[in-house]
Amino acid sequence: MVDRDPERCIECQVCVNQCSFDVHYYDAEDDEVRSHEENCVGCHRCAVFCPTQALTIRRNPLDYRENYNWRPEAIEDVIKQAETGGVLLTGMGNDKGYRIYWDHLVLNASQVTNPSIDPLREPMELTTWLGRKPDRVELAPDSIDLKTELSPQVKLEIPVMFSAMSYGAVSLNVHESLARAATEAGTLWNTGEGGLHPRLYQYGANTIVQVASGRFGVHPEYLNIARAVEIKIGQGAKPGIGGHLPGEKVSREVSLTRMIPQGTDALSPAPHHDIYSIEDLAQLIYALKEATNYQKPILVKIAAVHNSAAIASGMVRAGADIIVLDGLRGSTGAAPKIIRDNVGIPIELALASVDSRLRQEGIRNQASVVIAGGIRTSGDVTKAIALGADAVYIATSALIALGCHVCQQCHTGKCAWGICTTDPALTKRVNPEIGARRLTNLLHSWSLEIKDMLGGMGINAVESLRGNRLHLRAVGLTDTELEILGVKMAGS
Amino acid sequence: MVTNKKGIDQTMKIDASDISYKELNARIKDAASNGVQRIELRNVYGQRYIGTGLDRPLEVEIFGTPGNDLGAFMNGSRIIVYGNAQDGCGNTMNSGEIIVHGHAGDIVGLSARGGEIFIKEDVGYRAGIHMKEYENKKPVLVIGGTAQDFLGEYMAGGILILLGLNLKEGEPQQTNFIGTGMHGGVIYLGNVVDGFQLGKEVGVGELQESDYQVLQKFVEKFAVYFDYDAREILRHRFIKLFPLNLRPYGRLYAY
Ligand code: SF4
Ligand code: SF4
Repeated sequence: MVDRDPERCIECQVCVNQCSFDVHYYDAEDDEVRSHEENCVGCHRCAVFCPTQALTIRRNPLDYRENYNWRPEAIEDVIKQAETGGVLLTGMGNDKGYRIYWDHLVLNASQVTNPSIDPLREPMELTTWLGRKPDRVELAPDSIDLKTELSPQVKLEIPVMFSAMSYGAVSLNVHESLARAATEAGTLWNTGEGGLHPRLYQYGANTIVQVASGRFGVHPEYLNIARAVEIKIGQGAKPGIGGHLPGEKVSREVSLTRMIPQGTDALSPAPHHDIYSIEDLAQLIYALKEATNYQKPILVKIAAVHNSAAIASGMVRAGADIIVLDGLRGSTGAAPKIIRDNVGIPIELALASVDSRLRQEGIRNQASVVIAGGIRTSGDVTKAIALGADAVYIATSALIALGCHVCQQCHTGKCAWGICTTDPALTKRVNPEIGARRLTNLLHSWSLEIKDMLGGMGINAVESLRGNRLHLRAVGLTDTELEILGVKMAGS
Repeated sequence: MVTNKKGIDQTMKIDASDISYKELNARIKDAASNGVQRIELRNVYGQRYIGTGLDRPLEVEIFGTPGNDLGAFMNGSRIIVYGNAQDGCGNTMNSGEIIVHGHAGDIVGLSARGGEIFIKEDVGYRAGIHMKEYENKKPVLVIGGTAQDFLGEYMAGGILILLGLNLKEGEPQQTNFIGTGMHGGVIYLGNVVDGFQLGKEVGVGELQESDYQVLQKFVEKFAVYFDYDAREILRHRFIKLFPLNLRPYGRLYAY
């Protein structure tokens, strides 16, 4: 609910203009700003912008009668469905209380027996190379030149990339902020499946372009401008189902990059029509390699599900250079709530089992592993690397850097922070220059923190931490969980 | 021998027997960037991805059977197949032309956003699936024979013409679920008796003058390529299938 302190309110109506959910209004008769509190989604835009701090946004204390089983959300969902007969949509990632394993894992540090390293005086390497690595390397005789032909590799200055968010779901200013920040920080951003605006072609060297089931905006120039190409099979927020950008969000500019008529629904079917098996996946991977002259690594992204480990092995054998796992808490611009909240598995378990499986099969070197879905801090990044990831993707944390307050209204297209919307009045709230700076800052602080953690462990290169699960210990997990994670209990 | 200004041989012959697709395509692309205008491939036995990602005006003639994903992501080249094509012919094609003097497999023209595909005889399942159009870019798929089920599924744009020329007098089309999930573009069905079954997102109508103009244009091209009499083909009765709703999934959600 909205609390307006009448002592402080100066009737400036900033809140009226800032709220895109029609909460605040000016009552001219009484010369007073009032609110339709029932519309408030708790995004804090008005409170942040109120010049006199007159606004406090609080949870509405009028609660349903206490019931652990029938909590307000469950009751309200049933009411909405009874009114409309439709599927409930939502935005952002799974907000349910599934165990967050990052919070049950702790990192090691050196004490006495091996010295820690001070990143302020010693060089620390965060450089990461993504791509297929050969089984062995051979040198040409009598020289130091490599005889083995290497697959294309991507160099990252920090093992954190920006995850796929399509233009249409987010605004062009958000795309530009991500592209500029990725370029500046020496990492990659990902276009998502909605194509790439020509204005951003200049950032191609730091761009991953996505090829999803809708094949929107996929053409030779798009493929060739990119640093890498990602085939999207699934997404953590909605495993097994397709996507659909409602016609209202297909503005003129969006229609230009998706290459579909304005106002029509952009439908991404659940499967790729040409992929029904691992062999079919191999066919698309190699079609893309052919189309890009074997110059670009091909990523394949799946949602983390029960048999991810077996699928991942198939993906590597099908020729994927980088495999991406998107976990249960992965976010979305719009997904059926029931899918977001109930389908998929936590990324920590998926990562551990995929990494172990690929090692057992002796093919871990043949692909890099990138994870996505619920990475909040550099601590999560460091733990992910120790658990076996080569790099991580972040999306929600990047959007928070751009102003997002995780109000979960992305699917409405009314994002008051101007992020998840194509309404020009709102999109201008994100300034690409400031946005890029804030994102670069975020990556910079994470890289400092990661170096601190590495140094503390006595490690001077992120390479040496990768898959080194001995640097992890668990707190409060069962034997089965420990076994899957391949991590020992703290104290042992 | 035809040569261009630089004195480079403009036509090139490749014997494809015993060459892997990777090598074959590398040679085609190499020739294309050296200004070769016409490539003749002999003894093609199932090599995939021929012409995939080709992006210049160039003619590739194929004798034999090219493999899957023929001309995928192709941009402006022309492929003529003297034989049958396999699955995924013209996958996500951007512009150019594919002419097949025979059959084609499943998902011909998948997600194409431009270009023209002419198949002389029959095609497999899900032909023209999710073709789309944007402004003046409209993919066209003309099929001389019949198609398997799910013709034009999820179609979001473009023109799909099924002529049914190899049907016997009174023989029904066998295609079911035509245009399931269709939300754009148009399908013209020729030589229709009955026996076809439509997806629930499709409406049926008679052709208007403007439809006939479109139909005539592509039937004439088809007739030239495969040596038919266009007037003869156009004498058949045609019907037009169109999406009932540009937003078939607009009312699926609560808010
Ligand atoms: S929806 Fe956001 S901007 Fe509107 S009143 Fe609530 S917190 Fe303020
Ligand atoms: S992107 Fe916008 S709508 Fe979505 S959660 Fe963040 S602030 Fe809310």
